[in-house]
Amino acid sequence: MTIPKLLTHPAAGFGSAALLLFAAAPLLLTDFRLGLLAKYLCIAIVAVGICLAWGRGGLLTLGQGLFFGLGGYAMAMHLKLADAGPGELPDFMVLYGATGELPWWWRPFESPLFALAATVLLPMAVAAVIGTLVFRRRVKGAYFAILSQALAAAFALWLIGRQATTGGTNGLTDIQGFFGYDLNDPVNQRTVYFVIAAALLAVAAGVRQLIHSRYGELLVAVRDSEERVRFLGYDPARVKLVAYVVAAGAAGLAGALFVPAVGIISPALIGIVPSIEFVIGAAVGGRASLVGAILGAIAVMWAKTTLSEEFPGAWTYFQGLLFVVALAFLPGGLASLVRKARERRSAAPDDAEDVPGAGADAAPAPVPASAKKPEGVTA
Amino acid sequence: MTELPGLRIRGLRVAFDGFTAVDGVDLDVQPGDLRFLIGPNGAGKTTLVDAVTGLVRATGSVEFGGRQLLGRPVHHIARAGIGRTFQTATVFEELTVLQNLDIAAGAGRGAGTLLRRRRSVPEPVTRALDTIGLAELAERPAGVLAHGQKQWLEIGMLLVQDVRLLLLDEPVAGMSQDERDATGALLRQIAEERTVVVIEHDMAFMRSFARSVSVLHAGRVLSEGTVADVQADPRVQEVYLGHAAAPAPEPREAP
Amino acid sequence: MTVILGQSFTGISIGAVLLLIALGLSLTFGQMGVINMAHGEFIMAGAYTTYVLQKALGDAGLSLLLALPVAFAVAGTLGALLEWLLIRRLYLRPLDTLLVTWGVSLMLQQLARDVFGAPNVQTRAPELLTGNVTLIGGDDPLTVANSRLFILGLALAAVAALALVLALTPLGRRIRAVVQNRDLAEVSGISTARVDRTAFFVGSGLAGVAGVALTLVGPIGPTMGTNIIIDAFLVVVVGGLGRLKGTVITAFVLGVLQAVLEYSTTVSVAKVLVLVGIVAFLQWRPQGLYTLRTRSLV
Repeated sequence: MTIPKLLTHPAAGFGSAALLLFAAAPLLLTDFRLGLLAKYLCIAIVAVGICLAWGRGGLLTLGQGLFFGLGGYAMAMHLKLADAGPGELPDFMVLYGATGELPWWWRPFESPLFALAATVLLPMAVAAVIGTLVFRRRVKGAYFAILSQALAAAFALWLIGRQATTGGTNGLTDIQGFFGYDLNDPVNQRTVYFVIAAALLAVAAGVRQLIHSRYGELLVAVRDSEERVRFLGYDPARVKLVAYVVAAGAAGLAGALFVPAVGIISPALIGIVPSIEFVIGAAVGGRASLVGAILGAIAVMWAKTTLSEEFPGAWTYFQGLLFVVALAFLPGGLASLVRKARERRSAAPDDAEDVPGAGADAAPAPVPASAKKPEGVTA
Repeated sequence: MTELPGLRIRGLRVAFDGFTAVDGVDLDVQPGDLRFLIGPNGAGKTTLVDAVTGLVRATGSVEFGGRQLLGRPVHHIARAGIGRTFQTATVFEELTVLQNLDIAAGAGRGAGTLLRRRRSVPEPVTRALDTIGLAELAERPAGVLAHGQKQWLEIGMLLVQDVRLLLLDEPVAGMSQDERDATGALLRQIAEERTVVVIEHDMAFMRSFARSVSVLHAGRVLSEGTVADVQADPRVQEVYLGHAAAPAPEPREAP
Repeated sequence: MTVILGQSFTGISIGAVLLLIALGLSLTFGQMGVINMAHGEFIMAGAYTTYVLQKALGDAGLSLLLALPVAFAVAGTLGALLEWLLIRRLYLRPLDTLLVTWGVSLMLQQLARDVFGAPNVQTRAPELLTGNVTLIGGDDPLTVANSRLFILGLALAAVAALALVLALTPLGRRIRAVVQNRDLAEVSGISTARVDRTAFFVGSGLAGVAGVALTLVGPIGPTMGTNIIIDAFLVVVVGGLGRLKGTVITAFVLGVLQAVLEYSTTVSVAKVLVLVGIVAFLQWRPQGLYTLRTRSLV
């Protein structure tokens, strides 16, 4: 077994990722940087879901902010209630002059178990409803992308419009405690980081299993030719629904973990712009490659923090350029460069990972003219 | 082999925005037949297959083994044992030949099987790989296959799907003579266990392999019978000579 | 009752703006199946064109009149440039195009920030358009702002012009041919590349005109396009591809619905309700209100 092959073995990959996340990062980074990394890892969890839904399933989920927000708000609502203490209203409600009862839909979030379950199950349930309606009627492609984006935008607007019960534009801020632990204590912040790192590994492992299962092959088949799959006796709507719901669950979990890591959830973190930013990381790293999507998300978030601290204008140009370059000229993302380099180096073709559509760019691979007419490309 | 179901079509009608593509077709395909559907461009051959497989809405009646197909969703019709191919070979280009066949074999799989990795090759898949002669290429991505091989792969997918009725839309278009002969032999072999309906423009191919022929013209069945019957039919001659002596393959709209 | 009528008229004028934007989108989306997220920034370009012209000329009326053709040309040129540089390389990849044009839109917004500053700017409306027209007099009057009437007229004129171009000119015939069957159009000797670019020029130019109209009813700012573009996309999705009729009806229906719901609830609830309505509508007609039917698989 050659060294590169050893390094690319999945177990080795997970092992080294765990080593990096649990040993190297906490040792090398300051508390402040570790806190930032925790935030990036949350975004990476969203990217894992996007990798499944978009990279493998061809569903451009431009509205992951909706699910991120549902998870985030579910968590933040509980933490705000816990901060306020039993029977008390959260501080912002008092500030807006509420004196009476807690709104009925806040009540269940007093229970930590309900809130925790809701962070993942609520987004999944919402995705299941939306997905059933949308996929059953074969709304797909760009239509689906626009619709999911509009849903995230509408959710953000709705939150803003209900200031007295959602905190409006400010969102839910100033979260102090996390299930009894004081979030201002750096030790507890580290614990939150570890929880997030563990969650990322767990979600990545789960999605990896999905990608490599027969379902994963079927999902790629649906992405590439939905009608053909239908004629084989499958219902593509259900195949897509699974990917969409799993991606929503991942985004919900990420949103929930984002809250203790950053201390806030607000409409500005879940609307159109953040929703599309969730996608860019996966696109740059390689949408169909799990590792690519995770590293891409972390790298883009890191670049954003670093660049926008010093040159806010330059960051926007850079981000725009990233979209253009990554998608127009490198649709497989950086992962496709790595894969090509590896293929060139190794003579043994079986070194390439045995994954359906490992290089899968939603961009069609060059196909014989007989199979697909190159539409309108006049070169 | 249990009793094979047959296909029974009555008064089938398909209209698109005022244009009637299929205009009251009655057609019976007996179990085990190798039926060729021929006819000039625009005769309604592909639309007929589209209607039977649920791709377009139609009125009338299509029964397969006594069960009404019209109005049912595409994947239910597929599960009822009807499979089809398309004029442009449609396989999953990024998946390997083996994965293509495995997916075709798996419409009945439960969630437990789907969520696990494929550990072994299902027996029907191995058999189909041999039948279509792609065993050597099993691990190749289907996208790199030659045109003819893709069409065989599509037929192989229908075999593992275990359909009782195969509807093939121009299976030999673009094939060399050798490939045509091989495909014809393959179809004959398949027709021993299943019912096959072939849309074809290649008259030589039809003469060599058809057991029965239906000629479609302007959305109706013009003539039906053995190859000899149909060739002797003056109406058929008129339709073909009236249009073009050697009909070109019907172009299909961009996918 | 008059309130509802007044709200409806507000809705119609919202619809008129939506229509101006969606017309261009529908042309480019219908033409190439391309979702151009930078369309909103072409609106912005049109609005800033008006602003610059007014700065230069001083006279509000003259600059507005002049802005219409100039904004059309500016936004159209931007669109044709975008098509030539990026979009034509991405024809088979609609989702990638969507994201690439999003990146372009980010850059254009930043460019506007760098050139004109981040805060919003305003133009003066010409005096003729600052007044109101009283449609119903009496105790409970119904008045409508002149500017809104102007926008409505502008939108209708744009629809009429586009419909005439599509129906009567050789360019229109070519565009319709490409929309219906690109391959056939190509082999029939139509240069689809040139038709695409022209369609993009016209569609983006219409966005520029919409930008001019928007200066009459709101401020001009770098993100003005983003705020309205999603609504315009929804108009195109619901209206169906490649049909002007669907776009026109949908724009006005959505505009009125939004305005009336806003009145009876709140702005944000109205948005959510409209969206729920759209999802429900797509259950009934997944291809939109009107659609070109083809035999193709997708």
